[in-house]
Amino acid sequence: MTSFEHRQTAHCESGAVSSLLRHHGLPLSEPMVFGLSAALTYAYIPLLKIGGMPMLAYRMPPGMIIRGLSKRVGINFRFQRFRRPEQGMAVLDQHLAQARPVGLQTSVYWLPYFPENMRFHFNAHNLVAYGRDGEDYLISDPTFEHPVRADGPSLQRARFVKGMLAPKGLIYYPEKMPEMVDYPRVIPAAIGRTSKLMLETPLPFIGVRGINYVARKLEGFDPTGDHQQQLILGHMVRMQEEIGTGGAGFRFLFASFLQESAELLQNERLQAAADLFTDAGDEWRRFALYAAKMLKGRMALDYHKLAEQLRVVAAMEEQGYRDLRKAIG
Amino acid sequence: MKENEVPQDQAPGLGGERKALYARDASGRYTTVASSGWDAEEIVLQQALDEYSRACAAARARVERGESAALEYHMYSRRMDITLLAQSTGFFKWQVRRHLRPQVFSSLSARKLQRYEQALQLSATELASLPPPPTPDSPQS
Repeated sequence: MTSFEHRQTAHCESGAVSSLLRHHGLPLSEPMVFGLSAALTYAYIPLLKIGGMPMLAYRMPPGMIIRGLSKRVGINFRFQRFRRPEQGMAVLDQHLAQARPVGLQTSVYWLPYFPENMRFHFNAHNLVAYGRDGEDYLISDPTFEHPVRADGPSLQRARFVKGMLAPKGLIYYPEKMPEMVDYPRVIPAAIGRTSKLMLETPLPFIGVRGINYVARKLEGFDPTGDHQQQLILGHMVRMQEEIGTGGAGFRFLFASFLQESAELLQNERLQAAADLFTDAGDEWRRFALYAAKMLKGRMALDYHKLAEQLRVVAAMEEQGYRDLRKAIG
Repeated sequence: MKENEVPQDQAPGLGGERKALYARDASGRYTTVASSGWDAEEIVLQQALDEYSRACAAARARVERGESAALEYHMYSRRMDITLLAQSTGFFKWQVRRHLRPQVFSSLSARKLQRYEQALQLSATELASLPPPPTPDSPQS
């Protein structure tokens, strides 16, 4: 049976990629994978509704981590998608028979090991399958503390759901990897891209402008309490703090990447930026705490206070990206 | 967030699992810390789950009054809505809406019914009827 070192990470895609690369001899930490793929963002897209809620994201869309990292660092991933589920399972079995752990895209809802309260229809959950034991598949799910198992029919169901972000049985694994990573080149490139996206987006609901946009939107909410608006507020907090963000909508994960980069490049300005993004993360969490208390009635519902808090975050992040640009000058 | 500030609120939503959060240790270095959950997060998770329960209960009442097919109840009990059910079956939303009418549902062809069986992972018999009402202490509605 394949031996595979399971490690719990915060986010599924950066975690699965980090695990697969380590297994194949390229040790990149989860924060490094996240940072180098320039995955951090902020986007509020009210026109795109998921489960009746506006799309809100603190990171780039699913798949961008693998693609962004591959492009920047020079890794070739092989991707396989399938029309027929039986074929998708057969190919998975072949990989496992050859002792090759592979990444899979799945729907959270149909994975049997997820606790009931965590089961939602999110179709872009990443995990690593590394072996079989009788009818069970052995799985290293990055968001779980220990390795888990899934029976064949459930795994097939999870890999072949239809709809938004349908996985189509996606299997991926690295085929060609560089001997080493050219950090002095790729770290500034990735940081530059994230900063540009957060500071210079032409769209008002993305980046730092997006955070201010949502602040204005919150101020327009009915102060006496409207059910739908309160659901949207709860949704914002869920997207920010739910499993997979590492806390504070990936801001701590990003700060960890900056810290690691500061040491690799001996760059003190990056260390200072890591401190600033840690503070920004703490302010994001304060926003979550206020919002939750207001929803629960432990604090008076005050959308202006929430908007103010978001503006604090926006100002800190804006400063952060400007400092980062100077740091990579 | 510092290591010792990582919430350990034993949140029921995590079902006993712990999740990884990034936090700084005493020397300021980032590390991952296993968290048993955070009250703030639990509140908003519960809010979302309550919304599904409400939808389930309302659908159950409509089915019992004969205004809706049991399919509507099963859709919500699988944490879906019309958009999601349409996507996972390949039907248009207007078709799903139509199929939620009792008289339309009862005359669905076996092939169409099969798409609902597949998407919701329920047998045709299960789809056509309501499960027994929930007991007060069961989390499902």
